[in-house]
Amino acid sequence: MAEPLIELEDVSYRYGDTSALEQIFLTVEKGEFWAVIGPNGSGKSTLIKLILGLIRPLSGQIRLFGQDSSDFREKEKIGYVSQKSNAFNRAFPATVREVVRSGLVKKTGLFRRYPADANEKVDSALAAVGMEDFTERSIGDLSGGQQQRVFIARALISDPELLVLDEPTVGIDRKHMQSFYNMLGRLNREKGIAIVLVTHDVDTVSELVTHVACVNRSIHFHGPHEEYSRQEDRIRSEWYGHAVRRVHHGRKAADA
Amino acid sequence: MISAIVDYEFLQNAFASGLIIGLVAPALGLFIVVRRLALIADALSHVALAGIAGSLFLSQNVTAFAALNPLYLGIGSSVAGSLLIDRLRELYKSYEELAIPIIMSGGIALGAIFISLAQGFSTDLVGYLFGSVSAVGREDLYTILAVAVITILFIVLTYKELFSMSFDPKYSRAQGISSRALNIGFMVVTALVVAGSMRIVGILLVSSLMTIPVAAAMQIAKGFRQAMLYAAVFGELSVLGGLFAAFYLDLAPGGTIVVISITILLLVLGGKKLAASRSAARNEEVETGEL
Ligand SMILES: Nc1ncnc2c1ncn2[C@@H]1O[C@H](COP(=O)(O)OP(=O)(O)O)[C@@H](O)[C@H]1O
Ligand SMILES: [Mg+2]
Repeated sequence: MAEPLIELEDVSYRYGDTSALEQIFLTVEKGEFWAVIGPNGSGKSTLIKLILGLIRPLSGQIRLFGQDSSDFREKEKIGYVSQKSNAFNRAFPATVREVVRSGLVKKTGLFRRYPADANEKVDSALAAVGMEDFTERSIGDLSGGQQQRVFIARALISDPELLVLDEPTVGIDRKHMQSFYNMLGRLNREKGIAIVLVTHDVDTVSELVTHVACVNRSIHFHGPHEEYSRQEDRIRSEWYGHAVRRVHHGRKAADA
Repeated sequence: MISAIVDYEFLQNAFASGLIIGLVAPALGLFIVVRRLALIADALSHVALAGIAGSLFLSQNVTAFAALNPLYLGIGSSVAGSLLIDRLRELYKSYEELAIPIIMSGGIALGAIFISLAQGFSTDLVGYLFGSVSAVGREDLYTILAVAVITILFIVLTYKELFSMSFDPKYSRAQGISSRALNIGFMVVTALVVAGSMRIVGILLVSSLMTIPVAAAMQIAKGFRQAMLYAAVFGELSVLGGLFAAFYLDLAPGGTIVVISITILLLVLGGKKLAASRSAARNEEVETGEL
């Protein structure tokens, strides 16, 4: 049964005079794993910010879990790992436990204390990303890859149905990147968490994702991964060539 | 000393106020430091100076103000300053730090005008600039107590949100936490603590009580709660030690408090270095098998 988590309909966004996204159509269903790819400055992060409600679309409609995004309050259903989440101040005094627990802020509610089972939740979220041995360590003492896993655990602790990650492997070496992506694949397959992953490493994730969206101001392709592979050469040449044309405009992934 | 505290009300006031401030200023200061807002505390203290000087001036010239405790106008101007900083930061979004020198120099300028207009309140004023052991009244103590209750309630009730916002503002916005409301609350509470602390440490040194114990705590704490605990302990040691020294040596407590807090910071840094070189030496022994 189709159960759309994210629906973008004819969405456009601009920063002042700079158009960042134009006429975007995109539907992400339950359990899907999307790779969002595109050159620098192509609007990938803008797309993510729109999905998260950090910015509002200039025109068009965004629905999250079937609700209009401006009415959507259950933010804990969406786990978020930002592009620069490991660019925080390394001297910040916080344990891994404190950081992961902060993923429960919204679910717990203002003026309330964390629930009694918060510690167990921290432990199991850290176990899900293979970081259970680091619970009481200081976040600043971990490597970039370990920190990124901790941020995934923070996103996982509220039992989200959707995980949104914006270039999470920036600053992680290749060796750890593969195991990081494999972990995402496991979360997707075993827990059924839908994932939207902005990445430059198309080849590394190609085995794991179910769908691909190519963004360059507009969406140049979106659809199942197999179809992307079949058309990859054409998409890439159109994309990086000077005459950039739009293809598959407005075609819904669910139709495929 | 103990008997002196029992005998003299002014000492009771000073030490009770000091105990409160030594806890509250570093606890709030931890958030200020990790959010890189230390300069804001400084700017607010100078705005408080304008309020204090204005109040002292008015008390000489307007009978209605004659009996008014200058602390109230100090608190009022500091809170107004915090709201102004917030507005300016919104207005100059990409140059947020511009708000600080504007407010700071505005505060000093007004203070300078009031000070030169009035004649002969230099002793009162010195008490506000560098703190005082003898000038803290009952009314001051109760005001400081009220400030502390508000501050502790604010920290306890919004601890989760404050932590999340301080650690990762973008993530906390994505979670739907209203950073604007929280920010305004935070700024107002900061203004209250700045104004409340200046009776003891003085306007010129208020921000150091909010930052130096925190700097020492961050060197050794593993987590946020632990950092807050250490900061409060170092804050209390500094304030109580500082008041004690100020009373017996007849010095301005602001000076003694800050000197003690810097000494604690140096001891912590030295101790940490010593521990590091010891453990390095131990590792070497293990590696070369000379155990
Ligand atoms: N806050 C901003 N203000 C102005 N322009 C922006 C802002 N953020 C992004 N842009 C512009 O919007 C375009 C898309 O940016 P972004 O979504 O960050 O791209 P990507 O994540 O694909 O690198 C770029 O041209 C960028 O310069
Ligand atoms: Mg980006």
